[in-house]
Amino acid sequence: MSDDVIRVVLNGEPVTLPAAADDTLLEVLRRERVHSTRESCGQGVCGTCTVLVDGRSVASCILLAHLADDTELETAEGLGLPGHLGVVQEAFVAEAGFQCGFCTPGMVLAATELLRRNPTPTDDEIRHHLAGNLCRCGAYPEILAAVRHAARLLAEEA
Amino acid sequence: MTRHQVGRSLPRLEGEAKVTGTAEYIHNLDVPGQLHGVIVRSVEPHARLVEIDTTAALAVDGVRYVITSHEVRAVTAVDHVGPAFADQPVLAFDEVRFVGEPVACVLADDPRAAARGAELVEVTTEPLEAVYDEVAACAEDAPLVHEHLDASAMFADLKGLDDREGTNVALDYTLRHGDAEAALAEADHVFEDTFRTPASVHAAMEPFVAIGEVGDRGVITVHSATQNPSMIQVELARLFDVPENRIRVRTAWLGGGFGAKLYPKLEPLVAACAVITRRPVRIAVTMDEQFVTLTRHATTTTLRTGVSADGRITARVCDVTWNTGAYADIGPRVAQKTGFTAAGPYDIEHVSIDSRCVYTNTPPAGAMRGFGVPQVSWAYESQTDIIARSLGIDPLEFRDRNLLRNGRPHATGTAMHGTATAEVLAELRRAMAWDEPLTQAAAPLRRGRGVAVGLKAVITPSTSVALVDLSGDGSVTVSCSTTDMGQASATAYAQIVAEVLTIEAEDVTVLHPDTRSTPYDMGTLGSRSLYHMGNALTEAAREVRGQLLAAGAEALGVRADTVTLTDGAVSAADGRRLPFAEVMLARFGMQAGNLIGRGVFTPPYAKPEPGTGQSPQIAAFWMVGGAGAEVVVDTDTGEVTVERLLIAADVGTAVNPKVVTTQLKGAATMQLGMTRSEELIFADGQLTNMGLGAYKIPGFLDVPGQLAAVFVEDHDPERDESAPFGAKGVGESGTFGVSPAVANAVHDAVGVRIRELPLTPERVWRAMRAADDGGDRR
Ligand code: FES
Ligand code: FES
Repeated sequence: MSDDVIRVVLNGEPVTLPAAADDTLLEVLRRERVHSTRESCGQGVCGTCTVLVDGRSVASCILLAHLADDTELETAEGLGLPGHLGVVQEAFVAEAGFQCGFCTPGMVLAATELLRRNPTPTDDEIRHHLAGNLCRCGAYPEILAAVRHAARLLAEEA
Repeated sequence: MTRHQVGRSLPRLEGEAKVTGTAEYIHNLDVPGQLHGVIVRSVEPHARLVEIDTTAALAVDGVRYVITSHEVRAVTAVDHVGPAFADQPVLAFDEVRFVGEPVACVLADDPRAAARGAELVEVTTEPLEAVYDEVAACAEDAPLVHEHLDASAMFADLKGLDDREGTNVALDYTLRHGDAEAALAEADHVFEDTFRTPASVHAAMEPFVAIGEVGDRGVITVHSATQNPSMIQVELARLFDVPENRIRVRTAWLGGGFGAKLYPKLEPLVAACAVITRRPVRIAVTMDEQFVTLTRHATTTTLRTGVSADGRITARVCDVTWNTGAYADIGPRVAQKTGFTAAGPYDIEHVSIDSRCVYTNTPPAGAMRGFGVPQVSWAYESQTDIIARSLGIDPLEFRDRNLLRNGRPHATGTAMHGTATAEVLAELRRAMAWDEPLTQAAAPLRRGRGVAVGLKAVITPSTSVALVDLSGDGSVTVSCSTTDMGQASATAYAQIVAEVLTIEAEDVTVLHPDTRSTPYDMGTLGSRSLYHMGNALTEAAREVRGQLLAAGAEALGVRADTVTLTDGAVSAADGRRLPFAEVMLARFGMQAGNLIGRGVFTPPYAKPEPGTGQSPQIAAFWMVGGAGAEVVVDTDTGEVTVERLLIAADVGTAVNPKVVTTQLKGAATMQLGMTRSEELIFADGQLTNMGLGAYKIPGFLDVPGQLAAVFVEDHDPERDESAPFGAKGVGESGTFGVSPAVANAVHDAVGVRIRELPLTPERVWRAMRAADDGGDRR
């Protein structure tokens, strides 16, 4: 481990990113112009800055970047891009699982983590899993529907 | 037959961009060469500024400048901004008036260096006496927040504001309709109650962010997450004393706004810093800083209501005090525009309203989702329930008996029209199965239910201007300055324009606001956009349609009045069709040119009589929002669980039904937060629960098990005529009834009346214990 970089696989691509000892993972990713990863609360309570680190959802605003050295990182851009949406993203569009869209990448990532672990979650499991992601627009009912919808799509695919 | 675009539940057109995180927000913008600013804030609630020592901050590696009012005032023409009173300095200069007020700004090469520098700026102050409570601030001998106040000239309806001295009262609005005091004296029953709401905060997930830069000929460009580019342009032009065409304000999608992002916030500061340094300057505040930038008004409301023996409200005297903090922002407009609705959606012959907007040494308060209606409806719908229960009348029945119906005069003297209040109440009765008995819960739980209905007048007068542009290939672009902050205005506008032009909404592009190219709009606020901008867009699109028909008829060699627009083509009576692209080819001799349609909309308004507030036309339209709540109260802990929350609202025509229901539910969820947990807690002017860690907004587990929204589509000939396809705004209606409906349900469950929000377990528990000890059980 060198002092001023981290080596990670970012959305499938091995990269070396500059990172000072006191940089958070969020700061490092923002410098790389990963725009889906956003600071809102800055305190680890809202999930807007969610990144999947080796498949686990993490609040990147309170994770020192060096603690993510040598991991695989996934952000919303890695799940799909306009014209080539990932399944969970497709479900969010179909169910209107967002309004302003600012919390959405974090929601999509947290939902992705859940569905990989538990492809047939109950509504309660969905609510509890997403309890750490806040949406000030209050799109919760539609987000719930989107996760259910994504589970259905994934089951059809399998 | 062309399919209808208005009425489609079309998914938001930017959906793919949002779910992939690639959507454009100002949050994501960096400008080459930018400096990063961090604001140094006052730690005193009220103090004279003595000295600002920047030496240590300037010594930090990477820090380039420390800007104080000294530098700012050297480049600005006036010292204050503000939409109602020009009261707020860009950076404090003589005094600081609340904890969190910007005092200096450290500019550095990177945000970390700026933050380090900001910690090292030494501010010396001499404390002054402060006042925090809105009622205390009205006292004769209260410390003055401002020695002198200059009214701003921004709003026609606030022209009556005068420059003021020696008072904390920024505005005292009065309405007199009939003789309320005399009617109270004669009433069979008189009820008097005082209700309070605390300050709370918008907490949009995208915190305030702005970048200022100076370009050719000194044009100042500000990229800002603002709901109100036109207003910011006007304010900056005034601040720098330059023509409006030398100021450019642009925005993108907003990560929420809810009223916080309406008036100048970071824009004057980034613009001044850019002018001073000749470098682009970016300031992005933290969520915590949002808490001291703009809040929702704390209020104290006293209602005295007279009721006849047969259960008719005969008189209501309303006294509302709004705590607008240290700077008024749009507070005076909230106090006036919502003040006049403080008697509720009832047909009351004698109404008297005093609504005053008061300065205190707390963070500025402005508009927030509902423009004050959630505060006054908390009072009048709580008291309406108190009255009904005291008289032994079913609360829903009592409301129905007293409702203000179309054709009847509102307290302002304006005859109600196009307002489906009775239908909304009927919808609640049906959806709540109100006439069925409620199944009681097992001890220690108690179940109860309640309803509430709120009424809002759309802010009038105001203007929207729009352009619709058909390009050489026949594609359509909409230019307007409405900001889409999640309410799906861009999608709804595409639907409206597509409907007129008989094309698909998906094929329309709606530009983000940019005052360089998108025309004036009074602001994305108060649920006004769909109606006002919708009208302007309809007119603009019709103008394009007229041009298409004329050009098409000429190309087809027939008379203009014999052709029609169908499926994106001009059609002749003989069946020949010219798609728009071919019309353009014929009109311009090549695949080129533009057809441009303009639309301007200002609804009629009759200025109210000073003193009495009487006007034959006070509002362009009215919104009604009702809520029904079913709650379970844990009698051991005081915890209130909202099991069921139903929202019913009058939406005119639902342009996009899916968006309408999600707006209503989202607004209800936000107001549920204000009902159950949200409260800014101050100790000697210091905010003690700053940030989302300490201030609880609703999460997934706070959403009621059943949350549903139903809408009433009413069609009033008068309004359908004036509204775009009969539509009215819906962004706020979901908030109106929530808090009182829940409190009424709590009363139904455990027989205690809570008069102050939020309904925390502690407050409910204390009220239950007090009642056990023989207290108030009305
Ligand atoms: S910004 Fe990281 S959890 Fe809120
Ligand atoms: S969609 Fe706006 S915060 Fe979730």
